[in-house]
Amino acid sequence: MTTFSTSTVVRSLTSSAIIRLFKLLPWLAVAALPLALPGYEPLATQVFVMILFALSLDLLVGYAGIVTLGHAGLFGMGAYTAGILSVHGITDPIVTALCGVTLAAVTGLVFGLAMLRTKGLTLLMLTMASAFLLYEVANKATGLTGGEDGLQGVSFTPLLGLFGFDFRGRTAFFYSLAALFLVFTFVQVLINSPFGWSLRGIRENDARMAAIGCPIMRRRIIVYAIASALAGLAGALQAQTTQFVALHSLSFELSGNILIMLILGGSGRLYGAFVGVPAFMFAQDQLAKQDPANWFLGLGLILIAMVMLAPGGIIGIAERIVLAIKMRGRP
Amino acid sequence: MTTAITILFFGVAYGMILYLISVGLSVTMGLMGFVNLAHGVFAMLGGYVTVSLMNRLGVPFLLALAAGCVLVAALGFVLEWMLYRHLYGRSELDQVLFSFGLILVSVAIVRIAWGPLAQPIHLPNYLKGQVTIVNLTLPAYRLALVGFGTAIIAGLWFVFDRTLYGARIRAAVDNRAMAQSIGINTSRLFAGAFGLGTGLAALGGGLGADVLAIAPTYPLEYIVYFLIVVAVGGLGDIRGPFVAALAIGLAETACHYFVPQAGSIFIFAFVFIVLIWRPNGIMRRR
Repeated sequence: MTTFSTSTVVRSLTSSAIIRLFKLLPWLAVAALPLALPGYEPLATQVFVMILFALSLDLLVGYAGIVTLGHAGLFGMGAYTAGILSVHGITDPIVTALCGVTLAAVTGLVFGLAMLRTKGLTLLMLTMASAFLLYEVANKATGLTGGEDGLQGVSFTPLLGLFGFDFRGRTAFFYSLAALFLVFTFVQVLINSPFGWSLRGIRENDARMAAIGCPIMRRRIIVYAIASALAGLAGALQAQTTQFVALHSLSFELSGNILIMLILGGSGRLYGAFVGVPAFMFAQDQLAKQDPANWFLGLGLILIAMVMLAPGGIIGIAERIVLAIKMRGRP
Repeated sequence: MTTAITILFFGVAYGMILYLISVGLSVTMGLMGFVNLAHGVFAMLGGYVTVSLMNRLGVPFLLALAAGCVLVAALGFVLEWMLYRHLYGRSELDQVLFSFGLILVSVAIVRIAWGPLAQPIHLPNYLKGQVTIVNLTLPAYRLALVGFGTAIIAGLWFVFDRTLYGARIRAAVDNRAMAQSIGINTSRLFAGAFGLGTGLAALGGGLGADVLAIAPTYPLEYIVYFLIVVAVGGLGDIRGPFVAALAIGLAETACHYFVPQAGSIFIFAFVFIVLIWRPNGIMRRR
């Protein structure tokens, strides 16, 4: 029997409420961005969508230890589902987004069942092949997807019947920010649940996890399906906010880029996606328009240097600096 | 009948190229467990060296091939010593990122040096045109590919199966710690195998310059095929990848001939089915 004095309970309640309030502050600050920087809403929307996409990848790479080079396949699945539905007359944003999520989750489940029995190079190749397969299907099924020209005539009715997707992009901005907030909260709860901790256990040592009775295969397949659903949501959001779907959304280039964005920020840290995506997109915007070769060169050198010298990405470097400051002056 | 033989022939030629490029990846993967996505880079560089020597300096084809092979093998040896060696014990993610970075750097360097377009290869006269055997007319270049490929593969298998060096590699693939404890210098063995693998890849890249076009996106575009050959064939083996490469070459050629509208869909579907059936590759012992 434990006893709490009323004051301790009240104090712990208020302190946790205050912490929660503090954690909301950055979100509120970002939500106020259109006031400070009008005209940047479309760019910010793209950043939110990519952060959401990177978060879904973090579940796999950072927590479950499943390295995938085909995550764009599921993103594109969501994007094409939402886009194709809208072309055929189903234009409600929420409904089409949910359809995108569902179809991506089912796709992820089917591929996951086939792929996750393998490991290492084979698994890596299969993740790649899964995205290549979807890309080829979208490329060849021109009647449905528009093939190389992309899907034309994508448009959606106002969100909740109230807020239209306009040229200024305010609706898209708040819509994608809200989706990102919900997904972030969901992922945070998920990784702190027993399920989330069992994923870390599998990442660190799957033999031991199996020995203590954890159903490894099932856990890996479930997390793959969840990450697929979230990637599908990101794809659907992109289709809705840009009113266009192209083959690029399924490409190996996107699969590679999103992995680099996540790693650049730091994987297995949740906040890595929030740092890596804006950093990558800003650098790409500045460098790639001059000459793609320079961009590739810079990116490649950064990747190599990071692996050799600074594992953990930008957040990892920051963590080490903070640790060094804390440890200063101690024996 | 003629169609079947043509497909068979083109498929085998394509498979030979895939095998030459990928076999080094299989061996290094089996030896060091290193996920080297950048393996295609060495094939591309072999292609560039070969084509440049021929087009700019007028070096004969075979000599240019040999030069490409030796130069790239040397580069592979140096890279193994300077970079790869330090990452053998690291996580798979680190290895993937490192080799992906290497791909990006090589794509950029090649693009700066040679431009974004594919390099045309001007084959020597004896490889142009057709050769008629009995009543079959076959392109001379593909015929040479098959012949040359067979010779190299025979040599490789001899080294692997009949020499002390091959026995050391097989021992280290099976059990590295045991191999070390009986006095095999595994780190020197790794460097040698890595150089050999990259040299073979360069040879494949140069020989196959007319099949897999030499352009800056080469390592990104074909990497999935090299990985398929290794994964389907089985890691650390040299026979499994041969079967896998021939199967992929034949299937790809047949699909492009009979169902061009399906592109490579069947290949990827086929790979999934094979690996569901045999997750460790078709020829894996155990």
